[in-house]
Amino acid sequence: MRRSVVSLTIVMVIVAILLGNLYYLQVKQFENYATRSNDNRIRVVPIAPPRGLVYDRNGVLLAENIPNFTLEIIPENTDNLEQLLSDLAELLELTPNDIERFQTQRKQIRRFNPVPLKSQLNEQQVALFSVNQHRFPGASIDASLSRYYPYGAALTHVLGYVARINTRDVARLEEQGIRANYAATRNIGKLGIERYYEDILHGQAGYQEVEVNNRGRVLRTMKVVPPIPGKDLHLNIDINLQLKAKQLLDGRRGSAVVLDPVDSGVLAMVSSPSYDPNLFVNGISSKDYSALLESPHRPLINRATQGVYPPASTIKPQLAVMGLELGLVTPQERIWDPGWFQIPNTERRFRDWKRWGHGWVDVYKAIEQSVDTYYYKLAYEAGINNIHQYMSEFGFGEYSGIDIHEESKANMPSREWKRQRHKEPWWQGDTISVGIGQGYWTSTPLQLTQATNILVNRGKRTQPKLLRAVDDGEHFEKMPPPDQEPIELNNPVNWDVALKGMWGVTNKQNGTSWKAFDGTPYVVAGKSGTAQVFSLGEDEEYDADSLDERLRDNAMFVAYAPYDDPKLVTTVVLENAGGGSSNSAPVIRELFDYYFLGEDAGQSAGASEE
Amino acid sequence: MNYKQQQQSLWWRFHIDWPLLLGLLALMGLSLVVLYSASGESMAMVQRQLIRFGVAFFAMLVLAQIPPDVYQRWAPLAYGVGLALLVAVLVMGEVGKGAQRWLNLGFVTFQPSEIMKLAVPLMVARYISAQPLPPRFKYVAIGVMIAMAPALLIAKQPDLGTCLLVACSGIFALFLAGMSWKLVGLAAALVSGFVPILWFFLMRDYQRQRVLTLLNPESDPLGAGYHIIQSKIAIGSGGFGGKGWLHGTQSQLDFLPERHTDFIFAVLAEEFGFIGVAAMFCLYLYVTGRGMFIAAQAQTAFGRLLAGCITLTFFVYVFVNVGMVSGLLPVVGVPLPLISYGGTSIVTLMAGFGILMSVHTHKRLYAQ
Repeated sequence: MRRSVVSLTIVMVIVAILLGNLYYLQVKQFENYATRSNDNRIRVVPIAPPRGLVYDRNGVLLAENIPNFTLEIIPENTDNLEQLLSDLAELLELTPNDIERFQTQRKQIRRFNPVPLKSQLNEQQVALFSVNQHRFPGASIDASLSRYYPYGAALTHVLGYVARINTRDVARLEEQGIRANYAATRNIGKLGIERYYEDILHGQAGYQEVEVNNRGRVLRTMKVVPPIPGKDLHLNIDINLQLKAKQLLDGRRGSAVVLDPVDSGVLAMVSSPSYDPNLFVNGISSKDYSALLESPHRPLINRATQGVYPPASTIKPQLAVMGLELGLVTPQERIWDPGWFQIPNTERRFRDWKRWGHGWVDVYKAIEQSVDTYYYKLAYEAGINNIHQYMSEFGFGEYSGIDIHEESKANMPSREWKRQRHKEPWWQGDTISVGIGQGYWTSTPLQLTQATNILVNRGKRTQPKLLRAVDDGEHFEKMPPPDQEPIELNNPVNWDVALKGMWGVTNKQNGTSWKAFDGTPYVVAGKSGTAQVFSLGEDEEYDADSLDERLRDNAMFVAYAPYDDPKLVTTVVLENAGGGSSNSAPVIRELFDYYFLGEDAGQSAGASEE
Repeated sequence: MNYKQQQQSLWWRFHIDWPLLLGLLALMGLSLVVLYSASGESMAMVQRQLIRFGVAFFAMLVLAQIPPDVYQRWAPLAYGVGLALLVAVLVMGEVGKGAQRWLNLGFVTFQPSEIMKLAVPLMVARYISAQPLPPRFKYVAIGVMIAMAPALLIAKQPDLGTCLLVACSGIFALFLAGMSWKLVGLAAALVSGFVPILWFFLMRDYQRQRVLTLLNPESDPLGAGYHIIQSKIAIGSGGFGGKGWLHGTQSQLDFLPERHTDFIFAVLAEEFGFIGVAAMFCLYLYVTGRGMFIAAQAQTAFGRLLAGCITLTFFVYVFVNVGMVSGLLPVVGVPLPLISYGGTSIVTLMAGFGILMSVHTHKRLYAQ
């Protein structure tokens, strides 16, 4: 009897302990366990935003998103993986390579997550699988969007491309604190517009909260926050002009840049040779990649912005503006050109390209006939400090501000630069070669175009831009290029002198390039340049035939048209092609004809080529 | 005879203790409600449980009709047969889930250890009640041996849960018989001495792992600790008022292991909260209390010991099950009595209550 009471008391004590513990779990620790319970069942699945599209100035699609069908398998949900793989391989004609890659990837992917077996299935394969899907539990087709560049190699150096996010990208995204926004994103802009405007193109990731069971299977969606798509970009590029330029440069090494002088928009920018950017989107094979890397023609370089060439005679109009402005020359003043220039009290003669000289030369003739001697003297009298100051204002040695990251500043030499770079003082002789755009002076085709553009705009400076407008679906926002401080001349007439000189180059019978533009119904002004890659001795003759191709001159030409109301400013550089007038000028002629006269007009009458 | 006495006599004639029956039926009702949710709303499972309850109820009815002195007389036979069957299991039993518990008799397979859950209290109660009370050391020692022999055989299968229950039922009989506190202390010492033997010689690796996991379940959240963590999350996230019937996420989404059998308590705690848990304990306390009342009212020492023993063993089920599901005790396979889905334990339990009712309702016969 007494023991019964004792037992019952012990029972009560035990119940009190159990209930106390349960009270602790359910009331005191409720928040903690409620959270853990939700963590268990609720999984947040990020949704990648569709990437913004890219259009040219006329609304032609340049970069789009196309569906990419990938066959995926969740190994944990299959009954017999080996059997499944061999059945699928038979049905869809998979290669042992596909299977091998699948097995490798499988080890790197968390349990209950899909492992890709084959991407870029064609429609027939998708249909075949869909009909037979019931036979393959655990396998499914994932339809994701994949970037596609319909114009392929024609725009590679403008658009760039997107490719798989790598560890360096991840580190950068983390640094910027936007890693989470890329949770579902596979590719990121690696080059060109795709890289420069990554933030605009990418958009805002969405997510859905799904309820899962203990096997990770999604049972229902509890909440969906849709992604905000990336904004569309409209470029200044005119795809037809771009394709024409590309076609003209096919098979050659070189580049062409066309700017709209009104707003400095980039109408065309071609670097040749190029490559297909679509190769990179789904992962380029190492064979293809090393072929690109090792090609002697260096297709990966964007020659328009990274190609560094001596500007040669193409910058003579700008130097003339400087000389006039400094009062070193006047439009009327003439000098005698014996065919060479000598620094007073020295022996060395700097030779003109015309061995016997041009005779009496004024500033117009100096531009028209590209008289070296005139510029040797001008450079000598101006000195490197003035040249550096004025030419920097024309953009040489500076970033143009174009909206891609692949750009070189090239080099506008100065005393300081030489001291730092070569640990040597600046010699007077250095200035003389700079006077004809050689020596230490280098520039990119884009810089040359922009320098001409500034000239054409009489000192007004606007940064060249590829981007024209951003469209988020509701607002079409124009992106006017930032203006920079203009070049103010004491005597604005000096602009006209230089421009008239350029008119003479292509329109006067004794201009260096009149043949190339003979008979055009529109009026062209321009300037040729033939850049020495290989320096000749004082009395040596240049003989193109005997030189290795790589040592031949670069053919340069800058031009704009129409003369009175410029619509296009352009530069064409052809590497190791020879003279600018005979090689690059005809390319510009065809481009201008195409633009002003239309596709069918062909070359306007009377044109000639050497 | 007034009306009430008439009613009482009607129950009495069928040897049923209606207050106890009421408690048992309430627990069975609770079982069906929770099971419907825990089984993923499977009506078929609920029906099978209902059939089992029916069979168990019938067993209780039958056993309640048999007078206690018959039990007293036949106890040694039941005990002897049970012991023989246990040996048989070890020699030729069927293996399932890494343990050898089942005996195939050709037409039915069953666990002889279930017989022992009743045979041991019967035998110990009979033996001790035949001695002068309170029992001297010698009788206590023999009583312990009677209980421990089958317990060790069961531990060898291994079936730790049943071993524990069988051993307890023997010990409880001795305790209720009034064995001296000195001996209780000694028994406690023996038990603690038994622990290392259990650990090193009788337990299998997976059982040791369970004990280790209990001490620190978070150390192995995907392996052995998974059950305990998930069941604690289920209980804790139920909170004070619960998530509502059929709305327990831990149980409905399969995070909870063994949720309709050994871990059904976690389902109840998740869906009905602390309120539901407290209500369940009230039911168990009521049944336990009524059982102890019956024991106290018993006219013979045998009846008293037997009734107390069965009642306390019933409570040990509750304690061990709730203890393991809420993370206080290692995971040993003990069901939540009358609520967990599962065959033999329900029948055995109800058979025990039948004996309890027999003890209670047959005493008037002696009095007359």
